[in-house]
Amino acid sequence: MSLFSSFWQPKKIRGGVHPEPRKAATSDRPIDVAFPMPAMLYLSLQQHVGQPAEPVVKVGERVLKGQLLAIGQGAISASVHAPTSGLIDDIMDYPSAHPSALPSPTLLLEPDGEDRWIDGLAEIDPFSLTPQEVCDRVGAAGVVGMGGAAFPSAVKLNLGRRTRIQTLLINGGECEPYLSCDDRLMRERAADIVDGINIMLHGLECNKAIVGIEDNKPQAYAAMCDAARPHGGKIEVAQVPSLYPMGWDKQLIRYLTDKEVPAGGRAADVGVLMHNVGTAYAVQQAIRFGKPLISRIVTVSGDAVRAPRNVEAPIGTPLADLLGFCGYQSEAVARYVMGGPMMGDALPHPNVPLVKGACGILALTETELAASDAKACIRCSRCVSSCPVGLLPLEMMTRIRAGQLEAAIGYGLKDCISCGSCSYVCPSQIPLVHYFKYASGELVSRQQAQHKAEQTKRLAEEKQARIDRYKQEQAALAAQRKAKSQQQKRGEAA
Amino acid sequence: MNRLLASAPFARSDSQVQAIMKWVMLALSPATLFGIFIFGWPALLLFAVTLLSALFFEAACLALAGRAVKPTLLDGSALLTGWLIGMSLPPWAPWWIGVVGSALAIIVGKQVYGGIGQNLFNPAMLARVALLVSFPLEMTTWIHPAPLFSASAPGLLESFAITFGGAAAADGMTGASLIGHVKTEFSQGHGLSEALNSGGYAFIKSFLGWRSGSLGETSSLLLIGGGIWLMRKKVITWHIPLSMLMTVALMAGLFNWIDAEHYPGPWFHLTSGGLTLAAFFIATDYVTSPNSATGQIIFGAGCGLIVYLIRTWGAYPEGVGFSVLLMNSLTPVIDHYIRPRIYGRDHKGRPLELP
Ligand code: SF4
Ligand code: SF4
Repeated sequence: MSLFSSFWQPKKIRGGVHPEPRKAATSDRPIDVAFPMPAMLYLSLQQHVGQPAEPVVKVGERVLKGQLLAIGQGAISASVHAPTSGLIDDIMDYPSAHPSALPSPTLLLEPDGEDRWIDGLAEIDPFSLTPQEVCDRVGAAGVVGMGGAAFPSAVKLNLGRRTRIQTLLINGGECEPYLSCDDRLMRERAADIVDGINIMLHGLECNKAIVGIEDNKPQAYAAMCDAARPHGGKIEVAQVPSLYPMGWDKQLIRYLTDKEVPAGGRAADVGVLMHNVGTAYAVQQAIRFGKPLISRIVTVSGDAVRAPRNVEAPIGTPLADLLGFCGYQSEAVARYVMGGPMMGDALPHPNVPLVKGACGILALTETELAASDAKACIRCSRCVSSCPVGLLPLEMMTRIRAGQLEAAIGYGLKDCISCGSCSYVCPSQIPLVHYFKYASGELVSRQQAQHKAEQTKRLAEEKQARIDRYKQEQAALAAQRKAKSQQQKRGEAA
Repeated sequence: MNRLLASAPFARSDSQVQAIMKWVMLALSPATLFGIFIFGWPALLLFAVTLLSALFFEAACLALAGRAVKPTLLDGSALLTGWLIGMSLPPWAPWWIGVVGSALAIIVGKQVYGGIGQNLFNPAMLARVALLVSFPLEMTTWIHPAPLFSASAPGLLESFAITFGGAAAADGMTGASLIGHVKTEFSQGHGLSEALNSGGYAFIKSFLGWRSGSLGETSSLLLIGGGIWLMRKKVITWHIPLSMLMTVALMAGLFNWIDAEHYPGPWFHLTSGGLTLAAFFIATDYVTSPNSATGQIIFGAGCGLIVYLIRTWGAYPEGVGFSVLLMNSLTPVIDHYIRPRIYGRDHKGRPLELP
């Protein structure tokens, strides 16, 4: 039986595609730390998954580098800190780094050029803190997932503490084309990352971490191996195949730990927590040096950029400044993208600020996009074999086109992770993911509408019930009165 | 800005519909050229007529339906359909067989369903089977190989007369295909070895393609080569060809082992009729085969099984067309029941249990 089951083990990696990496333009240059402070920083109060942060400073107030500007609200949120010293110029609605570039509440900080840190900054020994203190400090430093999801890291760590995590996975996959910021970070600051991993392990009260690095980054792998060697047994560095989407947490979990997260569940359900290498670095900076998350390394690339490279830039920098720093030709740009080309968001213009979760800023030309009009589906099933989840994109697409959302759900619409592998391979250039995102959005709004309708109905019913009860009570009272008066009458008569 | 670019991914693989069709035709070329070489000018004429009429009917249908003719015509799918029909016709069949075949495939096989991607049956096989049923004489007149420029080959003028003038082939040029010959011999009570002898069978000749048969189906060697190249190009996967050929081989092997005098062995089957052509180029048609790997294996095995059943016990000597059509009709059923397992769910779609 054991022989049989080992023979029939499910394949570790399913689906996936090999998009052209296009990383060479940036991966061989050191991180550029000489980015000049912009004239104005635009600090969005909503740079993370969850509730927007609430400002704790006033317009006209002078602030120091690292000072808390806005505090996270509710269970899932993250605080925002000053990337440099300066003057709070305004709190207003400003275009956000979102496909719609819709204005959202933003703090405007005018740098004073002094870049003066808050007082009392000192290096501490992270392992003298209690695990709970580590989590609290990560939260206070406004650290979020640096791989693009921007989920508040403290929330994830606390969740991990509650569910007794056995393995901390560190994602150094960076499977999206163009991006190389994690690669550079691992090559240049491996020791800090490993320190950050140790701190996270301490906070999680867990003693096993695995770093997964794609095999197309041998230098990063070597650097991380060297840095992790003194912690052998505790921190393991593993190579994973270069394949998109290797960085999908569930894919990496299955590959590195042989565990499969049940549908609708979380990684923590199988005793695993995943963080990005950039997050590990941010945690180290926050805990060991008390520095909140106020800057990040971002890949600026694309054929419309003359000197593509990784830049360490303050949060809130206008993307146009970053692109200008790397010499972009705006007339050559067919599409601005925030994030990677497979899952990133299109931006209508580059006049939006850098946010904590932005790992890449791409200025792509027409030729790079290689897009043409969609043709009819030829049922080639390339989308099926490339789907890492095991869905049937072509069937879902036909159902959605026909307006049969329920049928599309039957084919697994809700399990789709919008990775874009299917669209990438489709020889007919059908924008499959676009259909799936549209359908998911449609489902959410339908659900909301239904919820609202139900609520209205409930309220109406409650009102009716109140009226009925009132009427009954009145009737009962009237009957009582009547009975009483009759008794009285009888009494009088007697 | 292009409306399509509003949403990720902002990158595309470079295998486009047109490129796929082009690769398939390239892979078919060696076997086709070989067929034209051994069957002479009439084969070339018939092939050209079939291709041109396929393009004509496709254009006419698109124009009638009021759709843009050029982009669809240029995607190469009609050309490929015509090509496959041409390859599966008897090489000296009259010109109108090619025209009727193309009309059947393009109009009845494809356009009435709404064009590319919508049809249930493989157009080329639909045409072949319809022709076989309607014109059994023309569709079973096989020619012995008579290579171009050889003494027995007809000249160009003579060839025009054969293809367009209805001139009969010279006596001794025609005969049953080997697989038909063996069947007839069996019905007359002869054993296999005798039948193969009188049919002039030699494995190596059959494998190279030196045998009578349809225009492009004779050379197993070149077809297998083209098919493997397509797999390397990732145009097709191994699932359908391998399961189809393996099934035929296994069945043939089993029955040959039981009774060698009445059941030809695997090698005979693998190098006969249109099996290799169908396994690599026809059963693998995207539109009419299942879309999951497991489904494709079932589909291929089904095709192989039906081929063997028809060849061995059916009324027709060759069963490739029927078997592909039959399995085509089962494709929706296979696709409905055989789906890939979704991550985090069991085969029934329920979330996995936590360990
Ligand atoms: S990849 Fe495109 S053409 Fe091929 S089956 Fe999927 S949707 Fe159809
Ligand atoms: S976008 Fe959805 S359907 Fe397409 S490959 Fe990714 S998970 Fe599968």
